[in-house]
Amino acid sequence: MDLHELTIHQAEALLKKREISSKELVKALLERIDTFDDTIGAYLTIDEKGALKQAEDADKRLADLTPDAYAADDAPPLLGIPIALKDLLCTKGLKTTCASKILENFVPQYDSFAVSKLKKAGAVILGKTNMDEFAMGSSTENSGFKLTRNPWNPDHIPGGSSGGSAASIAACMATGSLGSDTGGSIRQPASHCGVVGLKPTYGRVSRFGLVSYASSLDQIGPITRDVKDAALMMNVISGHDEMDSTSADIDVPDFTSGLSMFEKNGLKGMKAGIPKEFLSVKGLDPDVEKAFMNSKKILENLGVEIIEVSLPHTEYTIAAYYVIAPSEASSNLARFDGVKYGFRDKTCDNLIDMYKKTKSKGFGNEVQRRIIIGTYALSAGYYDAYYGRASKVRSLIMDDFKNAFKQCDIIISPVAPTPAFKIGEHIDDPLTMYLSDIFTLSANMAGIPGISIPCGLSSKGLPIGLQMMADRFDELSLIRAGYGFEQNVNLSMRFPDLKNLG
Amino acid sequence: MKITKDDVEYIAHLSRLEVDDALTEKFADQISRTLKYIDKLKDVDVSGVLPASNIVFTTNVLREDVEKESPGPEVTLSNAPERDDDFYTVPRVVG
Repeated sequence: MDLHELTIHQAEALLKKREISSKELVKALLERIDTFDDTIGAYLTIDEKGALKQAEDADKRLADLTPDAYAADDAPPLLGIPIALKDLLCTKGLKTTCASKILENFVPQYDSFAVSKLKKAGAVILGKTNMDEFAMGSSTENSGFKLTRNPWNPDHIPGGSSGGSAASIAACMATGSLGSDTGGSIRQPASHCGVVGLKPTYGRVSRFGLVSYASSLDQIGPITRDVKDAALMMNVISGHDEMDSTSADIDVPDFTSGLSMFEKNGLKGMKAGIPKEFLSVKGLDPDVEKAFMNSKKILENLGVEIIEVSLPHTEYTIAAYYVIAPSEASSNLARFDGVKYGFRDKTCDNLIDMYKKTKSKGFGNEVQRRIIIGTYALSAGYYDAYYGRASKVRSLIMDDFKNAFKQCDIIISPVAPTPAFKIGEHIDDPLTMYLSDIFTLSANMAGIPGISIPCGLSSKGLPIGLQMMADRFDELSLIRAGYGFEQNVNLSMRFPDLKNLG
Repeated sequence: MKITKDDVEYIAHLSRLEVDDALTEKFADQISRTLKYIDKLKDVDVSGVLPASNIVFTTNVLREDVEKESPGPEVTLSNAPERDDDFYTVPRVVG
């Protein structure tokens, strides 16, 4: 048995039966990281000592649990499960850099809400994963520290911005992981790395302790090996938190009930919409199109009724997003001024110059570019034309989805127009990079949940994902349909072969 | 909408960024292309439409004003790049 390949639910079962220990599991993953991460580059920080200590604690707790407690399912849900965290989730006492030089040595004094929930559930924190700086990017090439390579082909990007988290799951260097999604940053790297990524409804998971990029769009979610694992992690991280005023005060279902719904009733009676505007998107790769059409057939065979829906403002989604996201970013990132935390340039004796030198040396190009666009869009005389108008277009996009979900339970589409592109292919062409977010941005704009599930491999052997979106707070439909799809997609290869990379 | 090198320099100043000449030129070109793409928003009829922020965040989230213990200066200042006793220090602001 290869411990590093276990899913969360497989590991959980073995831990409960005491067939493996958390320490063995953590050691197997650390060994795996040691062998392959020099090439893949998924991690920015590996907390070897801390992880082994937490695993020992978990093993003690596991040993103390009576068989009755297991039977009653009182055991903490993730007890002893090793998790990788995107490096913008604050971890008390463990460096949190956002892959930015400006936070190179930042050590948070508190845990983010999601991380404290994971710790309470008994999870072991393995380390922090690489990302595009401050989550700004779709390829993880904008990291201030290093590249992450796609485990399926190291010449290609892993996607982004949660590229390290997705790569850590695909390369079996963590059992589960968390990412964050502002415009596709969970779903797109999950798609490119052949794993499952779920972006919850805006407000489902508290953003307390998540370093903000675009506050009205950001959401934390799991990247895992399968849909059941995503449901298990959602059960732990969801819920209301008074420390985040946008966190929804709404009941949290047992997300694994989506799995039993499929097991009991299949997918019969479900309706899936395909937005006609999505099919006319330019530059859709033939392999992606083929995989999508095949996925549609699989769903149909499961009894899902496929209908055409319309999202009339699709054409304006990217434009509105690239006003709103940079505007919010320019405001959020103003706090990195070299005064209270993070890097400070110490060569100046004047405050304004200190601010300028600190930011310009601390932030990478993409971050500076978005700050400038955002500042421009919010500046006097331009606010109404840019931010004001984009926010109104966003309302229209929300209405489009509201209307579509009157006709169907889920909306299906590709995740990205192409499989993972080559490292360096678009780095000097930000607009082309932005345009590749067409299928994922709208879920953030509408505040709805979305999931990416592996649905095929390209002719070059790169993974392709299927996206499903559902109405606000209806993650259960995604888990039910996603699980049903996953059980029937019949992919011959679930893990990349890393033998030659070590 | 095209923005010039001077525009970039001015906005960079507003953002408290210091951008060198080569980068200013590159940014002017890249941002102009992005803004040109964004101009398509002008084609949307938004008359009578409320901004999204007025739709999603319609209620204030309030809580009782209860006294809580402060984490104290050691915790608060633990990441300060420069400090003097229990204070952050910054370069001189007034002459």
